[in-house]
Amino acid sequence: MAALRAGKTNNEADQPSSPVLRFGHDKPLKLDAGTLLSPFQIAYQTYGTLNDARSNAILVCHALTGDQHVASTNPVTGKPGWWEVLIGPGKIIDTNRFFVICSNVIGGCLGSTGPASTDPATGKPYGLDLPIITIRDMVRAQQMLIDHFGIEKLFCVLGGSMGGMQVLEWASSYPERVFSALPIATGARHSSQNIAFHEVGRQAVMADPDWHGGKYFEHGKRPEKGLAVARMAAHITYLSEAALHRKFGRNLQDREALTFGFDADFQIESYLRHQGMTFVDRFDANSYLYMTRSMDYFDLAADHGGRLADAFAGTKTRFCLVSFTSDWLFPTEESRSIVHALNAAGASVSFVEIETDRGHDAFLLDEPELFAAINGFIGSAARARGLSA
Amino acid sequence: MSVNRNQRVDLEVVANLIPSQSRVLDVGSGDGSLLELLQDTKQVDGRGLELSQRGVNECVARGLSVIQGDADKDLEFYPDKGFDFVVLSQTLQATRNPKLVLDELLRIGNRAIVSFPNFGHWRVRLSLFVNGRMPVTQDLPYSWYDTPNIHFCTIRDFVNLCDELGATVEKATALDANGQKIGLSMPWWFWNFFGQQAVFLLRR
Repeated sequence: MAALRAGKTNNEADQPSSPVLRFGHDKPLKLDAGTLLSPFQIAYQTYGTLNDARSNAILVCHALTGDQHVASTNPVTGKPGWWEVLIGPGKIIDTNRFFVICSNVIGGCLGSTGPASTDPATGKPYGLDLPIITIRDMVRAQQMLIDHFGIEKLFCVLGGSMGGMQVLEWASSYPERVFSALPIATGARHSSQNIAFHEVGRQAVMADPDWHGGKYFEHGKRPEKGLAVARMAAHITYLSEAALHRKFGRNLQDREALTFGFDADFQIESYLRHQGMTFVDRFDANSYLYMTRSMDYFDLAADHGGRLADAFAGTKTRFCLVSFTSDWLFPTEESRSIVHALNAAGASVSFVEIETDRGHDAFLLDEPELFAAINGFIGSAARARGLSA
Repeated sequence: MSVNRNQRVDLEVVANLIPSQSRVLDVGSGDGSLLELLQDTKQVDGRGLELSQRGVNECVARGLSVIQGDADKDLEFYPDKGFDFVVLSQTLQATRNPKLVLDELLRIGNRAIVSFPNFGHWRVRLSLFVNGRMPVTQDLPYSWYDTPNIHFCTIRDFVNLCDELGATVEKATALDANGQKIGLSMPWWFWNFFGQQAVFLLRR
């Protein structure tokens, strides 16, 4: 918890607790913004063992506020890895069988170069001096990490939400390096409504006087209130009306009656405040701006003359898409349009819509039908790849 | 999933029409029986399109490449001649626009294989003739008000439709009530009377 406390720079940003790969001036990262990022670093975790043929590697791409600690204890929160329900020894993605890689995205705040990292030119955190980072930039950096491992072709790339966008970008930009792709609860572009929610979050951060135009570290401050409000608003979009009602209804928080004031009378208020408060302990406000922007800018069809099918022309990758009925951030229609594009490209594609009231966040939860689909897809892809059980 | 799946004698007939290693799209793939059969015995590159989400999820969990979709709406997204074979087994009669669907099958596949229950079968005729009510048989177990089968046809009707669409019948098989093939030498009227199911191999 202490890692991100006010007044300190983010230690995890420069010296992460996980392994880190540093690229010098000889290996810059080419950014869509038109500049080169150099030097830069990628913090990552791996689980399991890479086989001799280097054919059993699975790359996990994390979502907006995720990190590389997918299947091991998070050093900042002390909580289990964010996808430990799915990934680990003997789990659906069995680390006794597969070599699982997860890296913090560029622009993140847990060890890969981001706005909280120290700019070698100034000795101060980049802040807003870091160029805007796109999904494609993140993937380009991941590709350099994969090169480092000597992996020519990933057995599978998977991820949900912003992670799913990276999966789609991988499959589109490096089709020959992706044997199978599993984008979950995602879209090939960010919708207007989604951009709108992100803008509310960014404005909340920027409206906090402690933000100081992004130079809060230099003032020994952090825009905790603004970032907490951003998280509260965003968190609502990760759930569904039905799930909120089921969980909280109009229940009162530790009281018998309304107080006729602006305290958190309702459980849902208290819950959201808690979500906001715990979030600022683990996440950098500027990084939140960069992450949300990367999703807003994502539009895979626009990168291919407006025709999504062209993003996947001639692909040999096996795809499986998953959506959730109550996800209103990335509704099923978003996945379906990707499926149609893949059909048009003649790709091998499976598509599962899962009935649940748990909203967008369902992809992170224990959803048996999701696990059954992943298990079936990974299993058949492994047989096709000649990986023994 | 529009007819009783236990009686899918037509699956074997369909499978026998498809050479090894073909690219196959199974429209209305149901529980994936045909895709699984083809994958196991013919090593095909198989894909499925199925209306019922439950069917799809089960197929994917079994490692089959299947998407949720509607034969009436979603075939337009497939490219011309993207598959060696497009199979529509026991689904034609449940589509909203069978003519358009058949047209799409012939566009997407180099060959189309269509199997359907023959509404000209003597049992159906007898049931309507004697009882004066919509037939409910072992093969067609639904009542008129809850049946998904909204566009029944007879073997002769189907042959006419093929003519209209400029499709060539390369092979046709009729199966009697016991799932036995009816002799090739028999005339159309005989097939139309005794065939309970029909399987057509078409091209355009």
